[in-house]
Amino acid sequence: MNPVLIARQMTRHYRVPRGLLRPAATLQALNGVSFELAAGQTLAVVGESGCGKSTLARALTLIEEPSAGSLQIAGREAAGADRAALKALRRDVQMVFQNPYASLNPRRKIGDQLAEPLLINTDLSRAERHRRVLAMLQQVGLRPEHYRRYPHMFSGGQRQRIAIARAMMLHPKVLVADEPTSALDVSIQAQVLNLFMDLQEEFATAYVFISHNLAVVRQIADRLLVMYLGRAMETGPAERIYQRPLHPYTQALLAATPRLHGEPQRERVRLAGEPPNPLAPPAGCVFHPRCPYATERCRGEEPPLREVDGREVACHYAERFV
Amino acid sequence: MSLLEIDNLSVRFGADAPPVVDGLDLRLDAGEVLAIVGESGSGKSMAMLALLGLVAPPGRVAADRLRFAGEDLLRLGGRARRRLLGKELALVFQDPLAALDPSYTVGFQLVEVLRQHLGLRGAAARRRALELLEQVEIPAAASRLEAYPHQLSGGMAQRVAIALAIAGEPRLLIADEPTTALDVTIQAQIMELLLNLQRERGMALLLISHDLAVVAECAERVCVMYAGQAVETGPLPELFDAPAHPYTEALLAALPEPGRKRLASLPGVVPGRYDRPHGCLLAPRCPYVQDDCRASRPPLAAKRQGLARCYHPRNQENPA
Repeated sequence: MNPVLIARQMTRHYRVPRGLLRPAATLQALNGVSFELAAGQTLAVVGESGCGKSTLARALTLIEEPSAGSLQIAGREAAGADRAALKALRRDVQMVFQNPYASLNPRRKIGDQLAEPLLINTDLSRAERHRRVLAMLQQVGLRPEHYRRYPHMFSGGQRQRIAIARAMMLHPKVLVADEPTSALDVSIQAQVLNLFMDLQEEFATAYVFISHNLAVVRQIADRLLVMYLGRAMETGPAERIYQRPLHPYTQALLAATPRLHGEPQRERVRLAGEPPNPLAPPAGCVFHPRCPYATERCRGEEPPLREVDGREVACHYAERFV
Repeated sequence: MSLLEIDNLSVRFGADAPPVVDGLDLRLDAGEVLAIVGESGSGKSMAMLALLGLVAPPGRVAADRLRFAGEDLLRLGGRARRRLLGKELALVFQDPLAALDPSYTVGFQLVEVLRQHLGLRGAAARRRALELLEQVEIPAAASRLEAYPHQLSGGMAQRVAIALAIAGEPRLLIADEPTTALDVTIQAQIMELLLNLQRERGMALLLISHDLAVVAECAERVCVMYAGQAVETGPLPELFDAPAHPYTEALLAALPEPGRKRLASLPGVVPGRYDRPHGCLLAPRCPYVQDDCRASRPPLAAKRQGLARCYHPRNQENPA
């Protein structure tokens, strides 16, 4: 299968000023993250606050240029591309944000907001743009009369449908969704997740789905990327990782996710402490201060991402959990 | 007599406005863990604000009975209420950084509560403040007494907010979405802490949440609210295994679970307070609706387990 999205060693460092008398620090928001994604597939990126998942989203959508590494979208290289090339590439990567109250312009009609990507990126006639907007409104479960309404006339779930419709207007090859359902109630979340799945079936879009909720992710992910402090901890086929997580951090995340029906046989790996300061990441494995299995080796030597049991995992002792 | 007794509580904004909380009945025994679940606008938080006397005009609170530990909360004067709130009856909010005062240290805020409610002063108050921080498992507690809220992470700030809440040895702790703003590994830590404190101190815990999975793991009993009314109450985990009300059933079916490929979802949205249906509140969205559902609103009546507002309840056959 031909991947539409190939990321190689994507890295993004920020300089953080610390006042006049101290040198600026380097924040390693994204540290050598690699993956491939095929059309019609969903990659879920999970991790806690500060793990770099939103930085990854900004890099993938070409909002920010990565400090190092390469990114190929539909076979074309994005790193180091010039303005014209970037503009062409942006057609193929669209984004849906977490908060549909902030991502829609309150002063413009829904129809005009949906038509804008067509106006900028195509030379379709006004009538044709109108026709396509109406078709997309129907596709996301809204009605033609919604064309002339403003965002404040819609509920949160409907607004997220509009945001999804706007992202899909150009039929992008890749859709990046950053926590798209975490602002919604459960019954509305279900409607929106179903919509995502329907649209993917129809347009074979590749999704990068960023979330902190592992239960939601399991529903839609084909592949999983677990991040901690800007690094990939475990990545591979989603169901394989859910069945048997090999990295202690993945195990802890799964154990901490509340379940409707308790599983008595489920092992509870409770994590002590909180993620460390990203300005001063620990030596060795970045997870070792919270890891229940950490040894001397973990404190000194950073484990590389390597293949174990059909997925890649960054842990010296991954074989132990197979 | 229950610790908390609520009969026919209603909250409305304006004399003729439809109620935001509509005839809520609730009992909570000492040492019990009860959860109230519902979606945005279901009235769960407003009911708790009414209980605490925090509904400001034009909001109006009415109830046939609103008693906590034998005291009538409706007739309580300002002084008596201040003595009760924060001591016998304490609160933990969703956003700990908004609940803490940004301009005072953690130690100062703890000592203030201890002085107000327990009359502790000086070194005794400092000592007790330190003990409280240790009880909520804050590492290096002594140095945290001097910290300001902005120097704390979200999880640490929530621990401080819990320390403040338990400072007066409350008999009832109300936690309104206490972990919604936190990461999942921190959420697990905070829920475990709350349940440990509840068990050790024998206090009652009233958990308000939109997350059914969190509720399933913590609570002994649940009250499901929809559009201002309690639609179902009953024991856990039995109720989530076999819910009687179609709304509870739909909420559970909407949750992502391993093996579910498509999520079941109710069509439409929760009715606003001006367009609530005359009959059953769920009738316009319910897949099992019949004519009698539209004609009149079902009362909260006994079902196989617990109570539910439904003429045609689900899961009523006895398990073989």
